[in-house]
Parts: sequence; structure tokens; C-alpha cells
Amino acid sequence: MTYMQLFLSTPLFTESLVNSMIVGIVSVITTSLIGVPLAYLLTRYEFKTKTVMEMLSSLPLIMPPFIGTIGLTYFFGRSGTINLFLLNFFHAEPIPFLEGIGGVIFVETLHLYPLILLNCSASLANIDPALEEAAENLGASEWNRFKTVTFPLMLPGYAAGALLVFLWSLSDLGTPLVIGSSAYRLLAPQAFLRITAGDMFDPFGNLACVFMVALSLIALLAVRKYVGLRQYAVVPSGVPQSAIVKRLEGKRLIAISLPFIVLIFASLLPHIGIILSSFATVWSFSYLPQGYTLNNYYEITFRTPQFLTNTLLYCSLSAALDIVLGAAIAYMLVRKRFPGHDSLDTLATMPFAIPGVVLGIGYLSLFHNVYLPGMTIPLTRTIILVILSYAVRRLPYTVRSCHASLQQIHVSLEEASKNLGANGLQTFMRITLPLMMGGLVAGGLLAFVNAVVEISTTLLLIPSTEYGPLSFGIYDYIHTPVGYGSACALGVIAISMVAITIVVVNRVFGKRMGTLFRA
Amino acid sequence: MVNMRLVNLTKSFEDIVAVDHVSIEAAAGEFFTLLGPSGCGKTTTLRMVAGFYDPDEGEIYFGNKLMNNVPPNERNTGMVFQSYAIFPHMNVFQNVSYGLKIRKMSNEDVKREVEWVLKLVKMEGMEERYPTQLSGGQQQRVALARALVIKPDVLLLDEPLSNLDAKLRVEMRTEIRRIQREMKTTTIYVTHDQEEALCVSDKISVMNRGRVEQTGSPREIYETPRNLFVADFVGVTNFFRGKLSSISKDGKIATLETDQGFPIEVQYDGEGMVGSEVSVALRPEAADITSCHAVPKGMNTTHGRVKLASYLGDVVRYEVETDYGEVMRVDVHNPTGRQVFSEGTPVSLIFPPESVKIIRE
Repeated sequence: MTYMQLFLSTPLFTESLVNSMIVGIVSVITTSLIGVPLAYLLTRYEFKTKTVMEMLSSLPLIMPPFIGTIGLTYFFGRSGTINLFLLNFFHAEPIPFLEGIGGVIFVETLHLYPLILLNCSASLANIDPALEEAAENLGASEWNRFKTVTFPLMLPGYAAGALLVFLWSLSDLGTPLVIGSSAYRLLAPQAFLRITAGDMFDPFGNLACVFMVALSLIALLAVRKYVGLRQYAVVPSGVPQSAIVKRLEGKRLIAISLPFIVLIFASLLPHIGIILSSFATVWSFSYLPQGYTLNNYYEITFRTPQFLTNTLLYCSLSAALDIVLGAAIAYMLVRKRFPGHDSLDTLATMPFAIPGVVLGIGYLSLFHNVYLPGMTIPLTRTIILVILSYAVRRLPYTVRSCHASLQQIHVSLEEASKNLGANGLQTFMRITLPLMMGGLVAGGLLAFVNAVVEISTTLLLIPSTEYGPLSFGIYDYIHTPVGYGSACALGVIAISMVAITIVVVNRVFGKRMGTLFRA
Repeated sequence: MVNMRLVNLTKSFEDIVAVDHVSIEAAAGEFFTLLGPSGCGKTTTLRMVAGFYDPDEGEIYFGNKLMNNVPPNERNTGMVFQSYAIFPHMNVFQNVSYGLKIRKMSNEDVKREVEWVLKLVKMEGMEERYPTQLSGGQQQRVALARALVIKPDVLLLDEPLSNLDAKLRVEMRTEIRRIQREMKTTTIYVTHDQEEALCVSDKISVMNRGRVEQTGSPREIYETPRNLFVADFVGVTNFFRGKLSSISKDGKIATLETDQGFPIEVQYDGEGMVGSEVSVALRPEAADITSCHAVPKGMNTTHGRVKLASYLGDVVRYEVETDYGEVMRVDVHNPTGRQVFSEGTPVSLIFPPESVKIIRE
């Protein structure tokens, strides 16, 4: 407890704690200000640019924030395009978009608003249109109707989205690390820096972890409780009618959609930035790159190929582990009743709420000086923990997607198999497994690509550069003077993998983007 | 109280004409029903009255006021939705008082009005309940109370009973009728259930493929259907087709022979000429069934064999295959103490000329 007192009386740590809460809460507010109206606009109105806006507005999610920040630097950094423009034309002082906790909030807002958008859109689509019509019929104007009926009914979806924004922005380590020392006064980088600076039992580092977990759990439990109380059966029993969709045209269309189009464009600047930079010779103190080349791709393919091969190896292994565990856990949850059922259910979604920094530091101290039989180096110097941490962090994807497909498989199919003489294992192998294969593969792919872009546990658990995967490589490259281009090339590879996977999962397995990012 | 008029109302969705020049008038305080099969345009018509759809053509009047460009929230129509649309996040009191609060009524007045309307629908003391704690019938009553409490100019009911079980349906339709009589609110009721329509309405419009086929009192609709569709849709009907062979001197009875050769005398009201091909309709309860050979075969009398006999307590429904090869449906009401013919029994069917009507195609 004395460490706790010391922690709370050290300005650096109290400031970090307060700053982390500010980042979490303000990010929720800013993403809500964009996500909620945009969701309402996209579900309740019909207009020309709608489809394009729908498509583009989910793209920020494929960009891990630590890569995105690199891309943003080219436009919003101290010598980025915008400040350069302001300097050249107005001789203005540079605006610190990407500095301090303001910078972190800026990045999180552009990256995370789709979480609010997708969750709210899903909720809005599920509201019985007759409820809004009833309100209108009883005299409520559009704003009144939104306030009294629509918003209260979409609250469960909104709360789920807001929770994810809070958790992700609170635990994000990559963004402050990329922004640099002005953004270090936050819990995640403090924990990371204390631990990696030397002593993995550093009490302050560990206390920072404790606070992060505590904040996450409080948020999680609060939302669970709140949403649990308000799970309305909003889908009507009768024939669902089409929602009220109003047309938006002319000046109103421009006035309402223009701010959102600008925001969506801004949220795609990270993508544009890293793609341009990956092909750039030099991009510094200029609006756009000064020349174009393939050297960066040559560099990552032939000079440092281990980043790519390591990624493929670790992520395949961890995804395979997730598939096996996910299938087993989902099967238990859906088909069996046993003591501890509900705890397992909670436990299986828990990794979503545990920050990667915390997991990484936890592994380091738990397996400190532990040797596997027959090995001469401690476990913490191997890549086993990296793979394990990836698997644990992404387990909810396979559990959830298997859970969903299992629920679609009627028990009577398994009963029919048993009735025809198959035992439990035969039934599982011949009936259940083939039928849930879609969910299994979809979940596995998602677990795979999400491991590709995992940064926090990677930085903590990778023993040395030659064992580093792609995400480690990006971090490594941006700390060398001429490495930005190569970092961006690796980033392009990473987000391409994410994008392709999501398209495949969408097309082949019919999952909507929205269902992949809901709490 | 205000009357409601629809003039040439038309609405298409893409290239499907959902409502096709519908003109109807509900008198002030009248219970007016739109009856028809699904997809006939009745709900679309109702939703245009509520303002949820804009008509492509035609006018909607409440009294003398043209309503076409009045937004839904300013039309003052109380609507009861098919799914009830009870707000799940509000209790009964909050649901019912919603429209009053929107109208900025003072709290005491709101309380008094809600109390009054809940009493009207027999839901006193349920103010604090949430929708999930209510049965289907109770939700129905709340929906009705919520629509009535705003004292709507026109009350709109969209298949309000279709989600209830059979017994509750019968109970609720009498309730709705009682409450409407008490409130004297002009009411538009949409249903596909002809029995329901006959039971509650002052006036019925039978709709088919976007058009009104016939408008009239329940009795007119049932007893003098104007065309084949109405005769077929409202109640059960035996149809015969044949050529008119003669018309009596007083012009009240016509004779025809069905295509199968069955000679029938029918009521004549000027529809069709001698030699023309017509359809005639006979309600199942208008024919009498007796044991075979009690009467000889002849005009309006045929022999046959019972194909199907369903005993329903208050009525026995027969399907009889006649010697002419037609299948006729015959209902015998109040069968207690009467002989019930089993399947396969030979029987005679007989019906008076006044019960058979010529139907316009």
C-alpha cells in the first residue's frame, strides 16, 4: 500500500492517470459527436453519396492507430502538409495537431468513430419502424422523436460502441509511442517505459497496469449492467415494415453531408499518408513526396524479410490455437450446461477488456526465470509467449464467431446423428464441425489479421530484432533516420492483409463489418 | 367529430400500383372498415391518411381541410399499429401520456386524462407496468388508450387484432366497438378478416388490387355482393355458371341451366339478358340438406353424396358432391337434435330462388 501512496503522490503518475481518463472520456465524446449523427443520417435518409459514405466510413478501422499516426504525421505533423501550407501562406505558427494528449485524442477520434457508427447503425436498423411512426403519429417532431424514442432505443448499441472506444483509447500504447515524448504522460506508455527501462517488477509500472485494468473493468461492468437492464425486444413479432427513409436533396443534402464528408476524408488521410510514403524517396518539408520509388518494398522483402516471415509464422500459430480453443469453448457454451458456465462466458470475452500492455507485463513477470524442460534460455527469451499472447488477445473473435454459427445449427441435427448410431465425437466431427466451419474460418482469419497489427504485447515480449514480426519492424524502422518509408511499406502490407481478410470474411461468410466490431 | 374523405387517392411503389384511385367517405363518428386480402392496398391507404406515405394523386380531407401537405405529427390522427408499437422503454403511464406531453399539457391535466382513458380501456392500476409485463390483449388496450387520449380527429386501426389468439380477438373486437361507440370518433379500421369487419363496422369498403370493389353496410356487402370478388371474399359462397334461359313475367325470377346441366331459378334484378352467360351465388346456409329421395330431383333441387362433414358444435359444414358433378358447401346451423349425415351418405339439397343471386363479373 505504501507504493500506492507513493504512486498517488507522484505528480507524473497522477497526471498520467488523469490524462488516461481524459483521453478515454473525451474520445468517447468526440467519436459520439461524429458517429451518432452519421449513423442516423445513413439509416434514416436516402441520398446520392450515401453508399460511398457508408463504405469509406468503416475504413479507419482497418488501420491500426500506431500505423495511422505515422501516416497522419505527413499531413498534420509540425512540418506536415497543413502546417507547411499555413506557414507558406499565412506565416502562421505550426498548430500542434499531433502533440500531447490532444494529439492522442485527435488520432483516436479519427480512428475509432466507426465503432460508434457501426454499433449505432445496427441498433437503429433493429428498431421497429412502427415505434418511430407511433411517436410521429402522436405529434412528435423529428428532434423530439429522436430524443424520446429513437435514442433511448438505440442506447444498448450506442453503449456497446462507446465502451469499445473507451477501452481501446485507454489501452492504446502505439499511438503515444509514435507521437513521442509529449504524449508519454499516460498510463499505457508509463507502464511500458518503466518496465522496458529495466526492472520488470517496477512497482510503478505495475500500478499503472492495475489502474488501467481497474478503469477498463469499471467501464465494462457499468455498461454491462446498464445495457443488461435495457435489452428491449425491439424487433416486432409481426411483419417488419421498411423504416421511415426520407430523401435528402439539393442544398440540405450539401449542408448536412458536407461536414461528414470532410471528416471521413480526414479519417482516410492516415491511409493515404502511409501509401504515398511507402512509395516515396523523401517526404519531408513538402506537401507531397518529392519522388517515387520501390526501394522501400525492396528493403522489406530482401533486406529484412524476417519481419514478414515471422509475422506469418506467429500469427498462423496463434490463429490455429484460437480456432481450436474457440471451437471448444463455443461448443461448451452453446451446447452444455455446467457449473461455471456463465463465468466461462464472461472470461472468454474478457481479453477485449485487458489492455495489451497489461497482458504483456503480466506474462513477463509471471514467466520470469521460468525454464521449460530441456531449454537453456528462460521462457521470456523465446517467442512462445508472443504466440500465446496473440492467441489470448484474439480468442474472443473465434469464440464469438463459432458461438454465432453454433446457435444456427439446430440441436435436432446432432440428435438425428446420434439417433442413427453415431457417438458424441463422431457426431461432432461429421455434423457439427462441418456446419460450423464457416464461423470457425471467419473467426480464425480475423484473429490472424488482428494479431498482425498487434503492437503492445509485441514490443514487450519480442526478445530481439531478428525475432520481430511486422509490427515490431514498423516500430524499429521509425526509430532510424531513413526508416519511415520502409515502416510505411510494412504498414501497407499490414493494412492490405486486414482489408483483404475483411472483404473475404464479408463476401464468403456473409458477416457484416458491423458484427465484427461489436461488444 | 369530423368526417373524412379520400378523393381519387393513388399511390405506386416503383411500378406497382398499390392504391388506384380510391374514393371513400367516412361520415363523422362512423366506424369505417377497409377490408381486403393482403396486398390489396388497404394498409397503404391508411398510412396515407396518417401521413406516412405521400399520395401520388388525389386528396385527403378531414372535414373541409385538405390534409395532403400536413406532416404526420400535425395531423392529429391516433393510430393503433399492427405490432402495437408500445414504446418498450416506457411504462404504461408514460406510453399513454406521450402524446399529451408532446402537446405540452399540464401535469394535472395529463394525469386526469390518462386516468380517464385507462378506465375506458379497463386498464386502471396498470400505470407502472412495463410492456414486457403485459399480455397481448393488455398491450392492445394500451395502444388503443394511447391513440384515443389525444382526442384524435380520426382514429386509425391497422389490423389491430391480427396478433391476438382467436378468443381474445373476438373479445377485443367487441371492446373496440364499445369504446368507439362511446367516444364517437371517426374510425378507419383495416382488416383482412371478413367476420371481424362485419362485426364491428358501420360501413365497409372491400378492396382488391388497389381498387374499391364495393362500399356498403355489412348487410349490403354480405347479402348483395356487387361482384364475384366481393361475393367470394366475404363469407363462403357456392358459385354456378350458366346461360339465362328465361325471365318470369314480373321480372323477379330468372331461370338458368348451369354448365353442368343443373336447372336453377334465381332472383333477378336486371343484371344479364336471356341467353347471356352469368355467374350466380348461393350462401351455404341458404341451402337445406335432407336425406336422399325425400324430394325428387328438379328445379333448385339436386341429389348428391356427402364428401366431407365437419361438426363444429354450433354448425355442421358439409361438402356435397352433386349428381351434376359440382361440389356444394352447405351449412346447417344449430344442429342439436337434427340428423348429422356422415361422409358417403346420399342426400338431397334444396334452396329457394330468392337465395340465389346473379353476380356481376
